[in-house]
Amino acid sequence: MEILIIVLAGILIGASVYLMLSKSLLRIILGTGILSHGILLMLLTMGGLKRGGIPVLDDSVQQYADPLPQAMLLTVIVITFALTAYMLVVAIRVYRELGTDDVEQLKGVPREDD
Amino acid sequence: MKSTLKKLGYNRVHKQMNDVFLKYTAKVVFLVIITFSINLFFSGHYTPGGGFVGGLLAAGAIILLLLAYDLKTLRKMLRIDDKRTITLGLAISFIIPILLMFFGTPLFTHQYTYLQLPVFGEVPIHTAVIFDVGVYITVAGTTLLIITLLASEQFMAESEGADKE
Amino acid sequence: MTDIIPILPILIPVISGIILLGVGRTNVYLHRVIASLTALLMVIVSIVIVYYVAQYGIIVTHVGNWEAPFGISLVVDMLAALLVLATSIVTFAVVVYSFQSIGPARERFFYYPMIMFMISGINGAFTTGDIFNMFVFFEVFLLASYVLITTGGTKVQLQEGFKYLLVNILSSNFFVLAVAYLYSAVGSLNMADIHNKLAAFDGDASIMSLVAVVMLFVFATKAGLFPFYFWLPGSYFAPPMPIMALFGALLTKVGVYAIARVYSLFFIDNTGFTHQMLMLLAVLTIVMGSIGAIAYSDMKKIVIYNILIAIGIIIAGISMMDEAGTIGATYYLINDIIIKAGLFLLVGFIIYRTGESDITKLGGLMKVHPVTGWMLLISAFGLAGVPPLPGFYGKLFIVTSLFDNGHVISGIIVLLSSLVVLYSILRIFISVFWGESMDFTKLKPISYDKLLFSSFLMVIIMVAFGFGADALYPLFDSAAQSLYEPSSYSGYLLGVE
Repeated sequence: MEILIIVLAGILIGASVYLMLSKSLLRIILGTGILSHGILLMLLTMGGLKRGGIPVLDDSVQQYADPLPQAMLLTVIVITFALTAYMLVVAIRVYRELGTDDVEQLKGVPREDD
Repeated sequence: MKSTLKKLGYNRVHKQMNDVFLKYTAKVVFLVIITFSINLFFSGHYTPGGGFVGGLLAAGAIILLLLAYDLKTLRKMLRIDDKRTITLGLAISFIIPILLMFFGTPLFTHQYTYLQLPVFGEVPIHTAVIFDVGVYITVAGTTLLIITLLASEQFMAESEGADKE
Repeated sequence: MTDIIPILPILIPVISGIILLGVGRTNVYLHRVIASLTALLMVIVSIVIVYYVAQYGIIVTHVGNWEAPFGISLVVDMLAALLVLATSIVTFAVVVYSFQSIGPARERFFYYPMIMFMISGINGAFTTGDIFNMFVFFEVFLLASYVLITTGGTKVQLQEGFKYLLVNILSSNFFVLAVAYLYSAVGSLNMADIHNKLAAFDGDASIMSLVAVVMLFVFATKAGLFPFYFWLPGSYFAPPMPIMALFGALLTKVGVYAIARVYSLFFIDNTGFTHQMLMLLAVLTIVMGSIGAIAYSDMKKIVIYNILIAIGIIIAGISMMDEAGTIGATYYLINDIIIKAGLFLLVGFIIYRTGESDITKLGGLMKVHPVTGWMLLISAFGLAGVPPLPGFYGKLFIVTSLFDNGHVISGIIVLLSSLVVLYSILRIFISVFWGESMDFTKLKPISYDKLLFSSFLMVIIMVAFGFGADALYPLFDSAAQSLYEPSSYSGYLLGVE
């Protein structure tokens, strides 16, 4: 099971690298989103995948799932959410101000007047 | 919605964009989603759920309204200032831990007790709930702010984005 | 008392930021008052913290009252305390400097709250004792820095800000990956606990070398080490001067601090590989920074490439991991935070006054601003390490350590880099303050008393620090002790286990 998830994470990271190497701003942002998903899968797998109860104190449950990767996962999801949202806002402003979504055009120091 | 389409470059909008079904359903579903988000919020701490998910869901409900109506109407329906909401949420979620430090414990040590109520039986009372209210408000406000920024025309002037969770 | 003190450097800026958000965007004057008072309060609090740590040793608090290896601990040792103090001083200077330089449009645009959130994140990264919590604080100050780098929305800011965002998001993702590897290998996130486990482990710990490489990629990107500094000159060039000073003085240093902490605590097994790699990259960073500092004639670029040289020197000292090397690194780290901020602010004053950042178009300013000129000269000496100034002590220890460990070529490169630093700043000094006089009627009629106040304040603090360096030696020794003798850092766990 772990091997399967790790391979899946690899596929996701590969797809994200492909997306991030493209020229469009939107694809790059999607790429960062998918990259974080792949890495989150890795994080979850590193804690060990097993069936277990909710990691909240309960006398009837004997085997608990490892709560730490789940807590970290949630934190990273929240942070990624905020980052992606802010990146989208910046991308739209880049598009409006600089008039392009092609990364090739974002070189050098742009003139302020035009 | 008509104005949105025009903005995007669709000049010939023949049909009047006044979808009664969408608008009516949106209102009903809005209530359902809000109720579910509050349910999720209160089920947090001991079972899956909590402030973050609840806040996201509440923001999702409001965005559904935004889809059915337009931004101007939405602003009339909900007179909430996003930035004030975020400030309020952040303030709540930071005041509670600071007040709790007066118990002589480290930061974020929550206090809890169990109350015997006549109808509900034994009910846990936990200060983490108040902290979570702050998280709920902050998340809902931030998400709403971002989406409306992306949607609105005046966002050229204001590019404040997500800041803190 | 020990429960409250380590929290304050994180909590004070956050509360101030929330109050500033609540004040709203119309009243700029109130923003200024609150922000500067907060920064002043921070300076006082961090002096108290340094005193407290010097008196009673490491302060630890366990957030949420969870036991140490399981919950998040905030651990303030002397290194963290000194860095928090330097951060507070720089913040105060930059906030005062902003009154007359950043412009009311940006000030109204939640400039001060963002600075406060960023400082809180930086202080959190310095004081936390938990590797994942360090990631969270990294994200907090990075989010604020994303807002700061794009605030105002000029074209160059948006363009470079997007690249900055992308590079940092990428390296943050790899931070999570490194934490995942670390967690699967060690099964703990508390840095002191990880150190204790690894020190007691006598099996094959070669997986840690992999973690070391991933962590080096992450922190080298944040700090601007050799192959990963490509984003730094462009991105730091974009924002206005006060933001640039804050970034240049503090953000890269957080990466350096993280490298120091992680390499002293985690990678103790295969130091022949990990620390050798670190030193090689440090030397290459010095070389590349020197080339950049000589090549450009733009004042901003020259100072930005000087950041790289300083980073390289500090990392070279850290990579030795002996007593002299780490003491030198801590001296130079604190010195560089203060003097780099001062240099940025001085250069910023020249740019605001003349409206020009190319040194070939300036000249003869000595007739108008003599004091500024001499201050610039002093800061150049401080950066290069001329004896009574603190840069000298740092470099002396670092070079001694490099020679002692047989890295003669690296030691010589560090020494030669001092000449390059001196040459690059003196080039600014000579062509801006001497030479053929420029047209003085072109000077901008700005009010600049606060600009000069902050920049002179930093230079004066640097000089005072240099003369007091001998008296402050015990502080720096105990700061370096948690690097070269990590068991003194992880010792707080002994009472628990």
